[in-house]
Amino acid sequence: MQYIPQVLFILVSGIAIYLFAGKVSEIRRNIFLGRDEDLNNHSSQRWKNVLLLAFGQKKMFKNPLVAILHFIIYGGFIIINIEVLEIVMDGLLGTHRLFEKPLGEVYIWLINAFEFLAAGVLIVCVIFLIRRNVLKLKRFTSKDLNGWPRSDANYILITEIILMSLFLVMNTCDSTQSFFFSSFLKPLFNNFSEHSLVLIEKTCWWLHIVGIFAFLNYLPYSKHLHIILAFPNAYYAKLEPQGKMHNMPEIQNEVLYAMQPELAPTGDAAQTHANKFGAKDVFDLSWKNLMDAYSCTECGRCTAACPANITGKLLSPRSIMMKTRDRLEEVGKNIDLNKAFKDDNKSLLRDYISEEELRACTTCNACVEQCPVSISPLDIITQLRRYLIMEESNAPQEWNAMFSNIENNFAPWKLAPDERDKWAIEMNN
Amino acid sequence: MKVNTMAELMAKGETPEVLFWVGCAGSFDVRAQKITKAFATILNKVNINYAILGKEEMCTGDPARRSGNEFLFQMMAYNNIQLLNGYGIKKIVTTCPHCFNTLKNEYPELGGHYEVIHHTTFLQQLIDEGKIKLKEAGSFKGKKISYHDSCYLGRSNNIYEAPRKVLEALDAELIEMKRCRSNGLCCGAGGAQMFKEDEKGNTRINIERTEEALGTGASVIAAACPFCNTMMTDGVKNKEKEKEVQVLDIAELIEQSLA
Repeated sequence: MQYIPQVLFILVSGIAIYLFAGKVSEIRRNIFLGRDEDLNNHSSQRWKNVLLLAFGQKKMFKNPLVAILHFIIYGGFIIINIEVLEIVMDGLLGTHRLFEKPLGEVYIWLINAFEFLAAGVLIVCVIFLIRRNVLKLKRFTSKDLNGWPRSDANYILITEIILMSLFLVMNTCDSTQSFFFSSFLKPLFNNFSEHSLVLIEKTCWWLHIVGIFAFLNYLPYSKHLHIILAFPNAYYAKLEPQGKMHNMPEIQNEVLYAMQPELAPTGDAAQTHANKFGAKDVFDLSWKNLMDAYSCTECGRCTAACPANITGKLLSPRSIMMKTRDRLEEVGKNIDLNKAFKDDNKSLLRDYISEEELRACTTCNACVEQCPVSISPLDIITQLRRYLIMEESNAPQEWNAMFSNIENNFAPWKLAPDERDKWAIEMNN
Repeated sequence: MKVNTMAELMAKGETPEVLFWVGCAGSFDVRAQKITKAFATILNKVNINYAILGKEEMCTGDPARRSGNEFLFQMMAYNNIQLLNGYGIKKIVTTCPHCFNTLKNEYPELGGHYEVIHHTTFLQQLIDEGKIKLKEAGSFKGKKISYHDSCYLGRSNNIYEAPRKVLEALDAELIEMKRCRSNGLCCGAGGAQMFKEDEKGNTRINIERTEEALGTGASVIAAACPFCNTMMTDGVKNKEKEKEVQVLDIAELIEQSLA
């Protein structure tokens, strides 16, 4: 009989970890549906980005107040996880506060610190709920978040509040110990018998750990996945200047062979593979673009800085990322169902992201600059644009005129190339 | 005053210290030609040994690439790189941030390796070295100037200080817009938007940005890009403020203040 809680604990944690691992491998598979892109160079610079951007949350500090609030939740979350280690050990061994004896005074000090963080997290979560639902900041009221994404954000905050409250109540009702923060809550439980206090403490303990397991399994379905993917995403962030676009060697070579036919390969090597130019669907994007989509926490800093969005255009960089993830999830489900991807006559282009959105981008890099987790919506936009132009010859009339001017007059305007140095001749006279 | 072309110098067996890449806007656009002339005047004044490509220069391909036409971009890049390498060009200065970005960041992997400098950095160096001498009481002394960051200079290439340092040399009062430096708002011309109508929206991007610039109370909006210049000039006209507020390039501000 006395082993029942332990068996139950092992069962619950086993199921939680099994389900989580399954979902993680599914996401991994989805990410690698993308094109290959080698991002393993310059590892020291990449680790530096992990430290600065992910651990240090450098981009968040563009707005210091919000950065500090977010840092409290993040720090609290990570550090309180040390306490979860004890909780898990207690669960497995059927012990009560396993680390208390060996750590002695240090233990009290640690738990006091955790309680302090827990209270901090709790308060900040309440502030964030107010920011989202009462103060109605523009980036949180945007139609990008209509439906599930808006609830998702609130569920996470509410869950964190519940978890932190359980942790504090659990400590309050533990008659074997008294901790700094929870001791203030003791008066609330003055009239309870010793037996009910033990019951409440046990219940809180169980709800807390089961809550953590539930949260773990909720993560992969949620925008909150950034707490994991922000780290690899910072590692694989672009190291070149933001203004540099990806080269397309296949087109570079095609132009080279047209200009210098003697360089063109002959025989078997001349068989060019029939890859499409640019991206139409998630398969054509790189795996980093797809990891970007899973890393997006839908905060909307990109969209708030986007000149197109600010002036009322349809484009929203946040929505580009959300749609990419939605399409990728759809493709993933399709694969789960049919073993391999079965054509569903849909694509990221048009079924999710419209031409109008793509055409509104000024490639100003504001979205890329703002993103705290190193996402580039711009990289997806330019790849979809390449598909529109090169595979579909689909351009606004003015762009077609610009193309033909560049081709024939070597300038985007219809002006005689002979007049290019007119200004210099004027100066010479 | 003589502006040499590479072909002319080549014929004389001379090599210039630096190539001035003028860009399409600087060559053809009537407003931007003034920026080109101002910069050329400064170069002449401080005796920089430079040349232009003249009729041989072609679009770098930036608007083609950004709109999605990689073929056209690669064609332009191929031709330009052949030309630049043929002349043995080592160092390029340009007044256009879009040309700057393409030449500096995108041509190397296509075989074009040059030291590329934007004219604001070039001017800053000349001022620091004492080669550019400015009037004691220049026409912009004490005037309120607000600098508009070009995306292709700022976020794209992290150049925020050089244009500001040049402006400081004018003894003007620099007023920043709320959205400046890495948070700067685009003028609306990038990504080949210059060559098409805006998509449907509430307002044009250049109007949004001009309103912000006018809000600072500055009498000069300083730009460092011919396309930003066009967009902001149009914005100022739209707001009927062209009598009170001028849109000027950093090169023009310096040229007008030369001692």
